Amino acid sequence: MTSGTSGPHIIGYGALTKVWLALLLMSGLTVTVSRLDLGSQVHVWGPLAIALAKAGLVIAFFMHMRYEGRLLRWLLLIPLVLLAIFIGFTFFDVSYR
Amino acid sequence: MTNQPHRDSAGATLGMWLFLFTEMFLFGGLFLLYAVYVGRYQHEFTAAGKHMHLGFATLNTVVLLTSSLLVAMAVTAVQRDSRGTAFWLLGGTILCAAIFLCNKYLEWSSEIARGIYPNSPQLAAGPPGESVFYGLYYLTLGLHGLHVLIGGTLLAVVALRVRRGIIHSGNPVWMENSALYWHLVDLVWIFIFPLYYLIL
Repeated sequence: MTSGTSGPHIIGYGALTKVWLALLLMSGLTVTVSRLDLGSQVHVWGPLAIALAKAGLVIAFFMHMRYEGRLLRWLLLIPLVLLAIFIGFTFFDVSYR
Repeated sequence: MTNQPHRDSAGATLGMWLFLFTEMFLFGGLFLLYAVYVGRYQHEFTAAGKHMHLGFATLNTVVLLTSSLLVAMAVTAVQRDSRGTAFWLLGGTILCAAIFLCNKYLEWSSEIARGIYPNSPQLAAGPPGESVFYGLYYLTLGLHGLHVLIGGTLLAVVALRVRRGIIHSGNPVWMENSALYWHLVDLVWIFIFPLYYLIL
């Protein structure tokens, strides 16, 4: 994507509605996955993976991140990586204690 | 003084995102606490998680996703200078925020009615893991609910400013940044929903 010197990128109502439909479908899927008996791994990681995918859609389209400049897109990595380190390393600790 | 005020839309967006990063750490810290305690009190968390109101939570998920769509459409409407459309879309967003909070009120009333609230005699008598779970539940969802309230108020101010013509395609910063804040509220809920209502 090119960063805009020609004004802000406008996302049409149709595209936004498609993202919303995808988010609703994924919400339905996550409830279904969590109610089925698919083993404890799928039960925990399935809904969390779907939540990550939903968050990605919201950030990319609703929050316009896909159309932002390179600086902002790279900056977003900082909190995401830091959060992954905080939460991931804590899980390492408590799981093998 | 010049008639044309200085505007830096890239700077305004960057500043808003930096603030949203701090919000991610705020809620990230609470999710981290959850991660620690779900490991320590797995049995109590699972038992308490079975009593969560999945119906309210699923309804609120749909309500918040819809409100996110409406506010994203309002941004598009402002960029296209359709002021009337933007005003009504913002009204719809605020209505969703109100429905969300009403649901939260009903959900919490039902919890409190069965003696589940911070420092209640029932929780004090139960196992420590149970009070930890409900403590985190009230703190995380309460803080999120506060954000819904703040976001709804902010969007009401934005709606009035759109109507008065203060916010338009040449000056959309209030609209865009308030929408970003609202989407963050939705993002946080996207993670609260599986953590408290689905995976336990």
